[in-house]
Amino acid sequence: MRIKGKGLIDRSRSIPFMFDGVRYSGFEGDTLASALLANGVRLMGRSFKYHRPRGVLTAGSEEPNALVTVGSGASQEPNVRATVQEIYAGLEACSQNRWPSLNFDLLAANDLAAPFLGAGFYYKTFMWPKSFWEKVYEPIIRRAAGLGALSGQDNVDKYERAWAFCDLLVIGAGPAGLMAALVAGRAGADVILADEGSRMGGRLLAETYEIDGKPGHVWVDEVQAELEAMDNVRLMTRTSVAGVYDQGTYAALERVHHHDGRHPHGAPLETFWRIVAKRSVLAAGALERPVAFRDNDRPGIMTAGAVRAYLNRWGVSAGKNVTVFGNTDDIHRTARDLLAAGVHVAAVIDSRHDAPLSDDYPVLRGAQVCGSSGRKGLEAITVRRPSGEERIQTDCLAMTGGWNPSVHLTCHMNGRPTWRRDIAAFVPTPGAVPGMVPAGACNGSFSTAACLREGIAAAGEALADLGVKLPEVAVPEAEDTPYEIAQLWAVPGKGRAWLDFQNDVTVKDVKQAAVENFRSVEHMKRYTTQGMATDQGKNSNVAALAVLADATGRGISETGTTTFRPPYAPVSIAAIAAGAEGRGFRPQRFTTSHKASVARGAPMIEAGLWYRPSYFPKPGETTWRQSCDREVRMVREAVGVCDVSTLGKIDIQGPDAGAFLDFVYTNMFSTLKVGRVRYGLMLREDGYVMDDGTTARLGQHHYLMTTTTAAAGDVMKHLEFVHQGLRPELDVCFASVTEQWAQFAVAGPKSRDLLNGLLEKPLSDEEWPFMACGPVKVLGVEGRLFRISFSGEHAYEIAVPARYGASLFDILAERAEALGGGPYGMEALNVLRIEKGHITHAEIHGRTTAFDIGMGRMVSQKKDCIGKTMSERPGLEEEGREQLVGLKPVGESKQLLAGAHLYNEGAEPTRVNDQGYVTSVCYSPTLGHMIGLGFLADGPERHGETVKMVDGLRGVTTLCKVVDPVFFDPEGGRVRG
Amino acid sequence: MRITCPYCGERDRREFYYRGAATDLDRPAPDAGEEAWENFVFLRENPAGVTRDLWYHEGGCGAWVVVTRNTVTHEVLETRLASEARS
Repeated sequence: MRIKGKGLIDRSRSIPFMFDGVRYSGFEGDTLASALLANGVRLMGRSFKYHRPRGVLTAGSEEPNALVTVGSGASQEPNVRATVQEIYAGLEACSQNRWPSLNFDLLAANDLAAPFLGAGFYYKTFMWPKSFWEKVYEPIIRRAAGLGALSGQDNVDKYERAWAFCDLLVIGAGPAGLMAALVAGRAGADVILADEGSRMGGRLLAETYEIDGKPGHVWVDEVQAELEAMDNVRLMTRTSVAGVYDQGTYAALERVHHHDGRHPHGAPLETFWRIVAKRSVLAAGALERPVAFRDNDRPGIMTAGAVRAYLNRWGVSAGKNVTVFGNTDDIHRTARDLLAAGVHVAAVIDSRHDAPLSDDYPVLRGAQVCGSSGRKGLEAITVRRPSGEERIQTDCLAMTGGWNPSVHLTCHMNGRPTWRRDIAAFVPTPGAVPGMVPAGACNGSFSTAACLREGIAAAGEALADLGVKLPEVAVPEAEDTPYEIAQLWAVPGKGRAWLDFQNDVTVKDVKQAAVENFRSVEHMKRYTTQGMATDQGKNSNVAALAVLADATGRGISETGTTTFRPPYAPVSIAAIAAGAEGRGFRPQRFTTSHKASVARGAPMIEAGLWYRPSYFPKPGETTWRQSCDREVRMVREAVGVCDVSTLGKIDIQGPDAGAFLDFVYTNMFSTLKVGRVRYGLMLREDGYVMDDGTTARLGQHHYLMTTTTAAAGDVMKHLEFVHQGLRPELDVCFASVTEQWAQFAVAGPKSRDLLNGLLEKPLSDEEWPFMACGPVKVLGVEGRLFRISFSGEHAYEIAVPARYGASLFDILAERAEALGGGPYGMEALNVLRIEKGHITHAEIHGRTTAFDIGMGRMVSQKKDCIGKTMSERPGLEEEGREQLVGLKPVGESKQLLAGAHLYNEGAEPTRVNDQGYVTSVCYSPTLGHMIGLGFLADGPERHGETVKMVDGLRGVTTLCKVVDPVFFDPEGGRVRG
Repeated sequence: MRITCPYCGERDRREFYYRGAATDLDRPAPDAGEEAWENFVFLRENPAGVTRDLWYHEGGCGAWVVVTRNTVTHEVLETRLASEARS
C-alpha cells in the first residue's frame, strides 16, 4: 500500500514490470520488493527445504526469503534478492523453488513431513541400501530443495575486472561513512567511498532523523554534492566491498547495469574491483535481527527496520493494521512513524517490563509474540502476557531482536569479534585488520550523533597515519538516543520457531544439535546447515549461537562465532573471472607461417599455447599416416621445410656469457668457437635433466640459446635465477627473443640446393660445416643460418626477423616443392627424430638423469655446474637403472604403444617384474615397421635381447628386440654429407 | 598481497612467480658434503612466523626478490634484490 507524500521515489515516473507473468507498476527508485509490497504482493518465495510460503523479511542485501530469477534464456540470473534489484521498464522476474506455481506449490507437502526432516535427517535416514544415496535419494532431495536454476547456456553478459588505488577507502555511505569521506576529502586525500545501495545515505534514507535541523536525506544530498565536486573523491554506488585481503587489498563488486537492464556500448553488467587502499574506514552499519517464535516466517512478518525503510524511503506501508514486537525503543519509533503516516497500529508488544507507555498506541509490556496464523500471509498473532494468551488481528508484524553490527569485513583476516553484553552484540576487535578503523553502527555505536562523531574520528586516525593534516570539521547536530536492549532471542513454546529463514533451521534443530553433542558452533552450523545459504547467516548467526549457548549452558562470548569468510555479499564467478574465460583463459600463440599452414589444409595442434601444423595433406591422402609417411620420405629423399619458431630463443650477452653457460649447462660453452653451435644439456639442482637444446656462439660475448618449446619460460626464469641469485658477479644479461625471430628448418639432401639462390653466396661444406652458424643475407634481409639437424639429414635452420617470416615460409615451401619436397608437420618431425634416437620431453620427463639418457659423459668433470654434485649421488648412476634403448617388434604383434611397460620375455607382467617402459613410438616409413624409444633396466648392455612389451590398459602384448636408440644412420654420415 | 619490488615499487602479488625458501641462494661448494647438499636441495623449514622466500617479478622487470614476511600475520617485513641479498 503506497502512502501519499512519503518516500524518496519519483512518482512522476511510473515503471511497468512483470512478476510471475503478472504486470505491475512501480516508481523510479523502487526495488522489486518495495514495488511488490506497494502492489499488495506479500508472497514472494518458497522456503528452501519445506517450501513454506515466504515474504520479504528485510529491505537490504541480507534478504533471505525474497529471492527471484531475473530475465530468461541465456541471460537468466537466479537468486537475485528482490530487495536489491531495482525495477526498470521491462524487468521480468519470477519466483523460485515452487511447482507448479508460487501460490500452489505441490512440494509444500514437505512441510507436512517436517517431523521427519529435522537437523541431520539425511545423515540418519538415507543410510541403506548404500547405492541408493547417489542414485535415488540425493537426486530427489536436490530436486525438492533448492534455490533458482542456471539457464545451462553460455553467459552472454559482459563482465569486467578493474583496479583502483586510494589513500582512504570508506566502506558504507551512511552517516559515519559520509562524514569520514567528507573529512578526508576536505583534507585532500584520495578517497573512494563505496556503498552497496543505489544511493548514498544508508539508514538516513530509511529513518525520519534530522541532521542540523534538515531531513536526513537532504543532509545526505548536500554532503554528496560537496564530495562530487572534489577531484580527489570517487563515489561508487551499487558497489559491495566483499572481501579484505593482505596489505590493504579489498575486493568489491559493482553492479553496473543490473538496475536498468541496458548494456549500452557493451558496458559490463558487473565490474569486479580490486581496490588497494593505504587506509580504510569501515562504516558498514548494522543488520537487524529477527526474533524466533512459533511460525515467525509468515509473509507479512518482517524486521521493524525494514517496515520503516519501506515506509520512509519507498512510501509503502507493509500492512494496513500493523503490530510491532521487540526489545528496544526501535519498536516505538516504528509505531510513531507508522502513525504519523496514517497507518493503524494495533499493538506494540514490548518484551521489557519497564517499557515506555504511549497515549497514541497500545503498549503491551513484558509481553511476547508466541505464534502467528494465516494462509500464505499473516492474519493474526498470539501474544503471551503474564495474564494469559491473547490473539490480535494484524496483517503485518514489525519485529526486532536488536541490531548486529556488520563486523564481517573486520574478520576476513582471521579476526574474531568481541561480545559486548551491554548492547547484546558482537563488535569489531580493535586492530583486527591492519589499517582499518570501524566507525558508527558497525562499531556498536547506534545513534546518529555517535555515527557522525566516529566517522570524523576514524578519518582523523587514518589521516594522521598518512601524515595528512586534519581539517576543522564541526560535528553536525543529530539525535543521540541511548540504545537500551533486553536480550530476546527465542520465545519459548511448542512448534517451529525459525532462526535461519533461508535454510529452514529452527530453534529445535539447534537444540537437537546440542543434544547430539554438536556443541561447537562450527559443528552445529554444519549439522543444521544454519548460516550456510546465500545470506551466510547474516540474519540468523548470532541468534543461533545464543540458542546454542543457552542449550549448552555456556555464555555467548564463550560459545563464539563461526568464521567469517569473504565474500560479504554474493559475487558472481563471472565477474571475478572477467576476461579470463574462453581465449582469455588460454591465449593462442601463432607462428608467422600459421595462415599459410591453415591455407594448405594442415590440422593445427596445440603445443603449449602455440599452434603448430600436424601434417600437410595432399589430394588423395585420406589418413594422417599417409601424409606423415610421405613427409618423412620427402625429408629423407629430397627436402622439407618446418617452422621451428616456437622453440625458446634466449639472447645471452656479456663478457661472462661463456662462464655463465658453463655453469648452467653440463658441458663446456666457453670453449665453443665463434660461428659454431653446440648441443647442451641442462640439469636441475637435484641432478635430473631439466631441458636440452642447441646454443650458438654468434660473437665473442654473444650467444643464442634455444630451449624446447615447452620449457622456454621455465628456462628463462632459471637463467635469471642462477645469475641474480647465485652468480650476480658475472657480467651477463638475457633477453627472450622467441617472438622476434621466425626460424625454419630446411632438411634433406636437397636442403643446400634450396637455400642456394636465396643467400648471397652458395653454401659449401668448408665454410658451412655441420654445426656452423653465422649471419647471412636472405634475399637482402639480415638473417641467421645454423647448420643443425633434428632429422638426421643434411639440414639448416634459417632465421629472419619475424616480420619476414610469413614471406620466407612461402618462398621456402615453394622452392621445396620445386625440388620434390615441401612443408612437413609435427607428426613427421616426431618420426624423423625417433628414427634418429633424439630425445624430447617424452624422455626427459623429470625423472631421468644424463646417465639414463646415455649422456653421462656430457657432464663435464672439469667444472662445476647446476645439478652436477647431486647427479653424482650413488643411486643416480648405479647398476639396474632404467636407461634409454630402442625397441622394434619381432613377434606376431607389430604394435608398439607409448606408456606400455617392459618385462623379461618369460616373466609375468606384474609390478615386481617391471623392467622399464616405452616413451615414444612411431611407424617408421624409412624402416618399414614400428619403432620405439623407452627406458629399460641396464638397457645399453642388453642390445639384442628380446623383451615383452605389455600395455595393460589397451590389452596389447608385443615381443620387442632391444636395439640402439639410433635406428637410422648411426654413423651420422648424412648430416655431414 | 602486495610486494614491493626494489625496482618497480609496490605491486600486486599476481605479478610475481613464487619459488620457495630463500635458502636456494646459499648454494654449497661442490665438495661441501652430502649433508650440506641434502639440506640445500631437499630440506625446508616451515615456520609459523618470519620466513624469507624468493619471488620473481615475472610480470614486471624480471628481478628475483627476497621477501621477508610473517606467515602468521602476513606482514611483508622487507624486500631486497636477490643479487644483493646474499651476505
